[in-house]
Order: sequence, then C-alpha cells, then structure tokens
Amino acid sequence: MTIEGDVESHLHPRPSWSLADHPMPTGREEIWRFTPIREFTPILTEGPTKARLEWSVTAPEQVRVTELADGVPHDLAETPQDRMSAIAAANATTGSRKIEIPAEAEIETPIDIDLVGTGSSESVYQNVVVEIGHQAKATLVVRYKGSARLGENWTFRIGDGAEVTIVFVQEWADDAVHGAQIAFELGRDTTVRTAQATFGGKAVRISQAASYQGPGADLMQLGVYFADSEQHIEHRLFVDHNAPRTKSRVDFRGCLQGAEAHTVWIGDVLIRPVAEGIDTYESNKNLVLTEGCRADAVPNLEIQTGNILGAGHSASTGRFDAEQLFYLQSRGIEEEEARRLVVHGFFTDIVRRIGVEEISTELMDRIEAELLETLGAATRLPEE
Amino acid sequence: MTVDQRARAGLFLAMQYPVEIPGVSVANFLRAARTAIDGQAPKLRTWIKEVDAALERQDLDDDFADRSVNEGFSGGEKKRHEMAQLELLHPKFAVLDETDSGLDIDALKVVSTGVNHYLEDKSRGVMLITHYTRILRYIKATQVHVFVDGRVAETGGPELGEQLEAEGYEKYVEAAKANA
Repeated sequence: MTIEGDVESHLHPRPSWSLADHPMPTGREEIWRFTPIREFTPILTEGPTKARLEWSVTAPEQVRVTELADGVPHDLAETPQDRMSAIAAANATTGSRKIEIPAEAEIETPIDIDLVGTGSSESVYQNVVVEIGHQAKATLVVRYKGSARLGENWTFRIGDGAEVTIVFVQEWADDAVHGAQIAFELGRDTTVRTAQATFGGKAVRISQAASYQGPGADLMQLGVYFADSEQHIEHRLFVDHNAPRTKSRVDFRGCLQGAEAHTVWIGDVLIRPVAEGIDTYESNKNLVLTEGCRADAVPNLEIQTGNILGAGHSASTGRFDAEQLFYLQSRGIEEEEARRLVVHGFFTDIVRRIGVEEISTELMDRIEAELLETLGAATRLPEE
Repeated sequence: MTVDQRARAGLFLAMQYPVEIPGVSVANFLRAARTAIDGQAPKLRTWIKEVDAALERQDLDDDFADRSVNEGFSGGEKKRHEMAQLELLHPKFAVLDETDSGLDIDALKVVSTGVNHYLEDKSRGVMLITHYTRILRYIKATQVHVFVDGRVAETGGPELGEQLEAEGYEKYVEAAKANA
C-alpha cells in the first residue's frame, strides 16, 4: 500500500485517508479538469447509504471471499488518491470484501465476479481487496451490470512471481454513474495483464494506479471503450515505476459516436530515481465515427532517471481512413460494411491480447452491437 | 456508380499501392468481398479450398489468410495478394495498375501466372497499365495502346509492344511536347 505522502508525482495529489484532505473538486484541478463534476456530485457528497450491489462470485473452493469489518480496508487497501476514493473508503460501513487466492494455486477457469446494480437513486460505496499469493496463476473477470451510482476502491496485492489477468467489463445500464480507484501492487517478477472494457453507463471514471514491490515485474494494461451520445468515459492510468528493471505497457483504444460522446484517456508514468533499467510505453488511439464527439488524450512522463531501457508514448485521434474504405469498397463491399470491418479491426488486436477466450467473443459482440446503432441493422454479413 | 457498385458490376482494380487494414484478416476480407459480390456468403467447405488454391497459385504461405490485410506485407506479397483476389472475386474486367512495378523477376512470373489463369475464361478482359514491356513477355496482349499526357497516342497489336521494347517511348514524348 502507498505510504501517505509518498507519491512524488507533480500531477497527483497527496494520497490520504482523510476526506478533509480531498476537498470537493471544482473541475479546475488537474485530476478533475476533464470530468463532468455534476454527474459525480451525489457520489462525491453523500454519507453512508444502505444501497449495495448484488454480488455473485463463481470460483473454485480454494478462492476465499470474506466480508471485512469496519476499518479493516484501511490496513489493506491503497491509500485514496482523490475524493472519489476517499469517500468510498470513508463510507464503507459494510460491503467491504476480501478475495484471497492462495499461493501457488493454478486456477485455469476464469474467476467470475458479477456485480449488479439495483437502482441509481442512492449511492453505493464499496471496497474490495484482492490478495493473490505468490506464484499463483489466475484470471479474474469483473462484470458490472444494471443501474447504480457507485464509488469504489479495488486493491490488488499480487505476490511474487504470480501470473494474473484481471479484466473489468462495464456493461452498465444507460443511467449508471461509476467512479473507481483501482490499485495494482505488483510483487517481484510478477506478470500482470489488466483490461478495462467500458461500454455502458452515463458517466464512468476509472483511476487505475500501478506500483511495484520489487524488480522484474511485467505489467500490460489494455483497454477498449465505446462512447455513445452524451456518454462520458474516462480512464486515468498511473504507472509508478518505483522499482528497478520493471516493465509497463499501456494500450487503450476507443470509438466515439453520437453528439457529446466524450472520452478521456490520461496516461501518466512516473520513473523514480531508483527505477533504473525500466521500460515503459503507453499508447491511446481513438476513432471518431460521427460529428459532435470529443476525445481527450493526455500522456505524461515524469522522468527522474535517464538510466532506463526505454520510455515512450503516443496518442492519436482520427476519423475513418478514406483509403482503407476505398480499398474495401473497390472489392464490392458496401460503405457501411467497410466501416464495420475497419472498426472491428481497430479493436481486434487489443481483444486478442487480453487473451481470455471466454470473453473475446463477448467483447466483439458488444462492439458489434454498439456499431449497429450508428451503422444500421442491415450491415451484418449474411450468414450461410 | 459508387466504387463498390462498380466492383459488384464486375470491375476489378488491382492497386498500385494496396492499403493496410490493421486487424482485418485476409480470410475475413476475402469472404466479405466475395459475399458482397455474389450477394450471398460462399459455401464454407468449397470456399476454403478455393482460397487455399488461389493463395498457393500466388506462392503465398498457409498462414497468409490469418494476417491482417496488407499489413507488414512485402511489395511482392501485396501484389500477389491482389492477384489472389482477381482469381477469387471473378470480375468480368480487371484494370491492373502497375501491378508489375517493384517486382523481381520471380514475383513477376507468379503474378503473370495469376493474370493468365484469370484470362483462361475468354469472356474476361484485362487492361494492364505498365511503364515497362518486361511483363509482356509473360502476358500476351491482344492490343497495345500508348498513353501519353492523358491521351491514347497510338494503338496497335502485340507487335507495337515489341517495337516499344526496341525504340522506347521517346518519339511519343517528343510529339506530345511539340503539340503542347
């Protein structure tokens, strides 16, 4: 867990458990300037509530899920980095859970965690700590459905040498609002792949932070998102290279369609003086399908040692490539179908790299469904 | 007519610089194109055989169908992929835009085999655009047009190709300059 005041980044406020240290944002703060504060105001201001998400966990017996008593998350979880996280921690009177995967466990089937919201009239706050033992191998898939106004914290403490894949799929109903802080603490020589697949909800703001407990860890963070009219989807990535010879990759891709579809991608990387021999690259690509959308992409590198293998980033936002469409059309493919193929291709690579077969089809189907909204229902290939 | 309508009417254009389409596999692309042109999806079993045969004729490896369209292809692979499409999409008429440019002699022979195979059906036609006569050793033209400055300057039979090989284009270029 982060020690309070330990973050040396100039772009991030000092982590703290105290709500008083995280005043209500005005929208001018660096970490809030892209966020529609109005959508999040209820979550950022409400006291403890009785609302809960419905939880169902499908996992083998060796995976233990327990409820945590008041105050316990304080000792296990990442220190809150913003008001969203602090208020979720402060209001966690119940609904805190710990998931434990024992050391050296090799769990082949993905562990499914299905979370369903039952209404958005009251905010839900929850705190989850996932402890993955050393040398364990596992895949976790967290799915959000239904309607909710959610503020939450996840802390993944990943033991030395573990190999894990952690996927979040947001399939919220249209009125859901979701703010989260997700922290990954990577043990020595871990191989960690994370993915965010964000489709639903009115406003979603995910702050994802990763830090290292020792050298040799390899982190790959992937993301796909699809924003429709008046939808706000924000992913904030922060990789804190606080140990030598660590590696990080970030690759997020998104599509936007419809008036006032808004996406935000922030890719912050801090390379501390101790982080010699590290290697990092971050990338974000956005494909704008219609007029009236806005994609913000801001990569930031804070480099405090030059003795590294590599550090780079790229971000791009574009429309359909006219030459790609021409090429496909010149083979008889109608324009709409050509567009569908290009979007499909845009996401395929990332979905393949998430590498969880169980959800590859699910994600591509979801992308198809999103596309049908702009391109019309007649664009599907006739099947045999 | 739009570009895709022309293609569905039976016109094929082999591109000089085929475009990369990341994430769209050759297999998917070919199937989508054939489906668009025929108005129905091809029967799976025969289609796979057909694709394999067309790729093999163009000396393209088995894993070629799984690669993204034109992404990371060599210059020769791009052109051979165009010829595989020529075979699989069975157009009525094909325009080959400098398909021979940038090809080494082995690739040129492979590409020519593709064109000749396509032309075995005598109802089909090809307009081959080239700067060089080299390809005419492998593809026999029935008519040769010399195109200068946007105009057909001369038309003849295969013998015109041989004459160009011997004399070059200089006199046409000079004449065009004089008329300018």
